[in-house]
Amino acid sequence: MPTTKLPKLPKLLIAAALLYTVIELLNTFGVINGYILHIINQSLIYVILASSLNLINGITGQFSLGHMGFAAVGAYMSGSLTTLIFKLAPHAAGGMPLFVLSVLAGGVAAACIGFLIGFPSLRLKGDYLAIVTLGFGEIIRTVFNNIDAVGGPRGLLGIPKYSNFTVIFIAAFLTIVVIRNLLESSHGRAMLSIRENELAAELVGIDTTHYKVLAFSIGAFFAGIAGALFAHLLQLAHPTQFGFVKSVEVLIMIYAGGVGSLTGSIIAAFGLTFLSEGLRLGIGTLADVTGWPIGGEWRMVIYSLLLIFVMLFRTEGLMGTKESKLVTIGEAD
Amino acid sequence: MGSIFNAQQIVNGLQVGSIYALIALGYTMVYGIVRLINFAHGDFYMIGAYAAYGAFFLFNSFFGGKSGVLAFAVLIASMLAGGGIALLANRFAYKPLRYKPKLSSLITAIGVSMFLEYFFSALPMIGPSYRSFPDIIPKVQINLGIAVISNYVIIDIAVAAVLMVGLTILVRYSALGKAMRAVSQDKDAARLMGIDVEKVIGFTFLIGGAFAGVAGLLAGMTYPRIFPYMGIQPGLKAFIAAVLGGIGSIPGAVLGAYIMGLAETFASAYNSLIGEGIAFAILIVVLLVRPTGLLGEKTADKI
Amino acid sequence: MPAQLSIQGMTHYFGGLRAVSNFSFEVPQGTIYGLIGPNGSGKTTTFNLITGIYKPTEGKILFEGKDITGEKPFRIVRGGIARTFQNLRIFSNLTAIDNIRIARHYTTKSGLASSILRLPSFKAEERAVKAESRELLELMHLGPRANELAKNLPYGELRRLEIARALATKPKLILLDEPAAGMNPKEVEELMSLISRIRDDFHVTIFLIEHHMQVVMGICERIKVIDFGETIAEGLPEAVAKDPKVLEAYLGKRGA
Repeated sequence: MPTTKLPKLPKLLIAAALLYTVIELLNTFGVINGYILHIINQSLIYVILASSLNLINGITGQFSLGHMGFAAVGAYMSGSLTTLIFKLAPHAAGGMPLFVLSVLAGGVAAACIGFLIGFPSLRLKGDYLAIVTLGFGEIIRTVFNNIDAVGGPRGLLGIPKYSNFTVIFIAAFLTIVVIRNLLESSHGRAMLSIRENELAAELVGIDTTHYKVLAFSIGAFFAGIAGALFAHLLQLAHPTQFGFVKSVEVLIMIYAGGVGSLTGSIIAAFGLTFLSEGLRLGIGTLADVTGWPIGGEWRMVIYSLLLIFVMLFRTEGLMGTKESKLVTIGEAD
Repeated sequence: MGSIFNAQQIVNGLQVGSIYALIALGYTMVYGIVRLINFAHGDFYMIGAYAAYGAFFLFNSFFGGKSGVLAFAVLIASMLAGGGIALLANRFAYKPLRYKPKLSSLITAIGVSMFLEYFFSALPMIGPSYRSFPDIIPKVQINLGIAVISNYVIIDIAVAAVLMVGLTILVRYSALGKAMRAVSQDKDAARLMGIDVEKVIGFTFLIGGAFAGVAGLLAGMTYPRIFPYMGIQPGLKAFIAAVLGGIGSIPGAVLGAYIMGLAETFASAYNSLIGEGIAFAILIVVLLVRPTGLLGEKTADKI
Repeated sequence: MPAQLSIQGMTHYFGGLRAVSNFSFEVPQGTIYGLIGPNGSGKTTTFNLITGIYKPTEGKILFEGKDITGEKPFRIVRGGIARTFQNLRIFSNLTAIDNIRIARHYTTKSGLASSILRLPSFKAEERAVKAESRELLELMHLGPRANELAKNLPYGELRRLEIARALATKPKLILLDEPAAGMNPKEVEELMSLISRIRDDFHVTIFLIEHHMQVVMGICERIKVIDFGETIAEGLPEAVAKDPKVLEAYLGKRGA
């Protein structure tokens, strides 16, 4: 049956362009200030982190707890590269293309690490895989903490600020499109089948090892991109940004949004980043106003309670495995 | 550089191994009975330490001076606190998810762990910073010629040993122990035999948590600083020790813990970076080479 | 008729337990071959060994002359052997048509790049796969269910879906593990004619495990009876049914 609907990619493109324009306008006219824009930037980076983790955990069903380790690789790789180039040729023309290359380099480096880790680890299942990915994530963090060349425990400082709203927005948009296109293809279905029933997938001719490692590597690539963008936003890369607790924060996002749902990851990334900031502000204000010693730790207390509640009462998160028609193509007939 | 494998290091290794053993036992028992990696277990250890701290100051005014009784009261406090929190976590966070996909429980356990750490850190009277632990029993140095140790070393090892022996007797010879073994093997069959499965699971958490609490007390005494995040590193290392020994196996947990303690001590003496990473290195090697651990059993899945 | 599947001296131990003992037999091409025996006799293990889930402790498995012993399952499937499972292994949260499409995946050629970039070659391939999958569903009377989530389908339809999925891998030999389990007599009748039709229309050999004697006697052209991992009898259904050893294995143990 012929369809007269618009093919879906333009729909997503239009929606994204609209959103971008709105935010830019609001910013230009001072409706939203630099602070809000900064949170929006962070949310977009979390969109990349959440959707890439979702590819591994939610779509392929491989439980990875060390996602921020890949972000760390991307951040340090890219940050070091731009800092080095900046030092060597501070007036190098064409800063943006170099920056894009640098970010991509971060992504590729992360993907390589993802491949190296994934290959031996993905034989393991469930609990064991979780633990080994946790271990690798911590090892990566410890390694960076101990390499003085990139600042060791002080972190890599003085990274030039190349990240801005436009670059980050485009990166997030492309991430969603790529993962969405992958998901809605034979390759994506292969990954889903591994999540659903790995043995049956194997028994219909799917090379499950290949796909598990592929999902892992692609997820790592985008995490690396996110890390690189982050480093060039905050102008630093520090081991504490990439620890286990940070990986868990991304995990909370995909579970709150709906494991396996890209739409859910987008919503949750924005929602939880804003919630986090809101809590920080709210708690700070409360402490100031009442004079009570309410520390910033309460934010994390609420966060962890949120995770527990999602798990106990709505394990499938906000969207379950469903997608908004805007984000995914679905079946046209 | 003298040999790192000297008596002093061995003693240190056994000491830290004893603490790891008490924590590792809790991990392994809970995993054995409900196949859950209780991420929050390290935090039961932390709570035990704080409970001991609180009990010390509380009871000091009552018993003040009578070290023995005071020490005993503090010990009980740490066991009750560790065990109590374990029971609560089981009842409210884990039990509802018992028959849902494993991953939900794992993530919930992570949530519980984070909650406990941040909650204790956020409470104004506890706070995130270090607190020094009082000398409940006066510290005495003993010179053995080949090594100089404090009486704490003997206390740590002895308390751990007594508890481990007690646990072995419980598991081997008591009705509860039999029930625990039955539920570990086959929950449904155990239920059909009239065993109250949930109660047995509760007891397992209680004992595991209590042991972790004692470990917290011992650690507080031995490395006299406590802070809300103190459970993270030891918890992780004890967990790796349990995996090394074979997760689910009680003797395995003990074996793994002492190996871990010794390995860590020797590694740190050699180079602090390697000391930091040795636990993870052991984990990776075990999982990639022999995931069932040294004493673990391979369970065949029926396909 | 040439032997398509040839099992030679296959023995398999699980630790100390001997599950399969010195099996040697041949499944001729194009037959409907039945494997029966009491519960726990080693039937599903045999299937698992053939499809590469386990590697036999001893012995060889030859498919169309090629040694496939110990090969990885997905390679064996791509080589032409498909199977269904005793306890359904359907992709529950995916639609019926997706279940089928996944089984066609290994035949597709679109790489990552052309998938992500939505190149015309990719789109053409997707259309072709969708059409083939739909056709297969229609054949199994599951056409209207194409876009339903598999977990919402009734049991009988799920069994047919799993058979359709196995067929989607373009096999030359299909292993059916208790396809009639849980079916009522009418469904069993339909299944029997379905299996015969599949053999005839798709030119596949059928190797099935069954407990339903109606099915076994009705459509199997040769039967092998096993117990405790050992062969008790083999041959034409009528002969096997009268074999005293077989009767003892079943009636003596009040099995099946």
